[in-house]
Amino acid sequence: MLQLENLTITQGSFALTANWQAPKGARIALIGPSGAGKSTLLSVIGGFFPAAQGRILWDGADLTSLPPGARPITTLFQDQNLFPHLTIAQNLGLGISPSLRLTSADHARIETALAQTGLSGFGPRKPAQLSGGQQSRAALARALLRDKPLLLLDEPFAALGPALKAEMLGLVSDLADSSGATVLMVTHDPQDARRFAPLTCLVAGGVAHAPQPTESLLQNPPPELAAYLG
Amino acid sequence: MADRALTLSAAGLAAAIFLLLLAPLGALGLSFQGFTLSAAELSALRFTLLQAGLSALISVVLAVPVARALARRRFFGRGVLISTLGAPFILPVIVAVLGLLAVFGRAGWVNGVLAQFGLPVIPIYGLQGVVLAHVFFNMPLAVRMVLHGWEAIPAERFRLAAGLGFTPADISRHIERPMLRAVLPGTALVIFVICLTSFAVALTLGGGPRATTVELAIYQALRFEFDLPSAARLALLQFALCALAYALATRISLPASFGAGQGRAGGPPAPKGWRGPFDAAAITLAAVFIALPLLAVALAGLPGLFSLPSLVWSAAARSLCVALASTAISMVAALVLALAAARGRGWPALAATLPLAASSLVLGTGLFILLQPYIRPASLALPVTVAINAALSLPFAFRILAPEARSLYADYHRLSASLGLTAWGRARWVVLPRLARPLGFAAGLVAALSMGDLGVIALFAGEAEATLPLLVQRLMGAYRIEAAASAALLLVMLSFALFWAFDQWGRRYAAT
Repeated sequence: MLQLENLTITQGSFALTANWQAPKGARIALIGPSGAGKSTLLSVIGGFFPAAQGRILWDGADLTSLPPGARPITTLFQDQNLFPHLTIAQNLGLGISPSLRLTSADHARIETALAQTGLSGFGPRKPAQLSGGQQSRAALARALLRDKPLLLLDEPFAALGPALKAEMLGLVSDLADSSGATVLMVTHDPQDARRFAPLTCLVAGGVAHAPQPTESLLQNPPPELAAYLG
Repeated sequence: MADRALTLSAAGLAAAIFLLLLAPLGALGLSFQGFTLSAAELSALRFTLLQAGLSALISVVLAVPVARALARRRFFGRGVLISTLGAPFILPVIVAVLGLLAVFGRAGWVNGVLAQFGLPVIPIYGLQGVVLAHVFFNMPLAVRMVLHGWEAIPAERFRLAAGLGFTPADISRHIERPMLRAVLPGTALVIFVICLTSFAVALTLGGGPRATTVELAIYQALRFEFDLPSAARLALLQFALCALAYALATRISLPASFGAGQGRAGGPPAPKGWRGPFDAAAITLAAVFIALPLLAVALAGLPGLFSLPSLVWSAAARSLCVALASTAISMVAALVLALAAARGRGWPALAATLPLAASSLVLGTGLFILLQPYIRPASLALPVTVAINAALSLPFAFRILAPEARSLYADYHRLSASLGLTAWGRARWVVLPRLARPLGFAAGLVAALSMGDLGVIALFAGEAEATLPLLVQRLMGAYRIEAAASAALLLVMLSFALFWAFDQWGRRYAAT
């Protein structure tokens, strides 16, 4: 279970609070106007930006003061998820061992992860030789290898076309189903939320509200969300 | 209209540069008699390559921990320290040599401490002194280049590394070492090339059959033995070395394998543990190594600064005139060629960087051979120095101006053309205001370099034509160390004042 306990984030004059919890295995969309703090909330949970107050707990363990790599979390960023000077296989290998000391069993796992994301045979290539969609798949394959119980998606598919994005979300769904991971996903598209996330967290007016069922939230939006949806 | 005037003046300048480089080379070729190197000439070649290689290697090896510490630590005075690392570039060589002698020389501070403990004196003259001086000048340059490499790594790489739980060793292996592999060869090569043409350092700290560079051997052949064939042979050898290094340097393009980031804030993480004190020590030692010789010159020179002999003042006036004249010539040429290069042509850049293949003494020797049958060399000392300083500083000025001129052209060319601005109107209202900052900076560099230059002037000048750096060297040679230190202090103050004044002009005049 993910708990955000009286969490307060400040950045200059910007402030955001969150005080809620989410059950294990939940899939939650974060939606709200741009600049409301969706990505900031995700980077605080991921450990890239410190919270001003409050705690972040996973299964009762306090994560607040842990460095990003020590948290049971994989974050997929908007961009720059791969090292451009390493091959795809090496980029994936970093998900198993940051020092790239890999056994033959590890190499087999990398092959399996590539196959699961439809990238068989792409291991020796550099990221620049892959299309945008394939790069997203490679980042997802590494998330699979890291096998962390909490997956944070900071609009990693925003640059892809609608069909490709739907396909990627489907892939994330399948992978999360089989691993039982809890997923938090920033999006600005209500369609993504409907398709992917049974729960939605509205981030607006300095508050990240507790997750609510997506469909009813979108049917009867509160004023901030109605203004955003237009 | 404006375009044609620019192209024509750039072509004229390019022709003048070719002539200035080719005429001396032609003269050298004519007095050339066979290519068998004497034992002394061969040993000069060997020493030149050895000291340049060692200087490059040591500078780069020492620069890495300093650059890494500066990249990942934030402390009070960091910005000032990084700017100060640029100072040795405009520091007159002779001043640094005086300072290094005061710290590391026979009667210097280091040997004084060693004597306290009954340890033997470490001599400074010879290979170790030449390399020490080159490391003093080039280690800060290497730090800046390597630090630039560190800062060019997009912040996203370090964010991703944090997300994947990298240890400092993993960061070093996957991010920093690939960067160093890309940056270090180019850095070492630049320093190697700079040290190939070392003259003033070898003149003062080297010398003798075992520590003579080719550049110094040219000077000795011409000035002491008046052996024109030997001087010509050595000068052509030096030219071949420089041309080869120049060709190599243009081929090594630094690969940018790190991709572009989105310019997010954040740099390498600052690891805790033993790396903290290690970084602090690296920064402190580097700062002390740079500051001590300067402090020594200031301490030694200050008492005599207000009772300088009149020949120091006349040498200073001569140096100022030389510096201002070569700055004016170099900046006009650099600006015209940079504007012409911005229109997408290749030859202006070639003309502007070609002087890198020549050295002060090579050009000087050629001109000496060319002119001495007709005119007394001493009477040409100052004009020749102005011309050669202007030519040799042109590549630096051009490299500062060229990227700015290119973006100026890309951004405002169509607007200027649609308004029908004349050549003069464009220069007055577009080029000068938009380029004032790099122009001021480049002019400051050229003026300071020319002010402190000790090269071709040593070849031509008699008693009455000495510039301030040459006078300092002569005072040192006559063991008038206190007068030399005071003159050196005046020299460094004038050099830095020239740089500061031009740079300030650029900042103030720059359109915002």
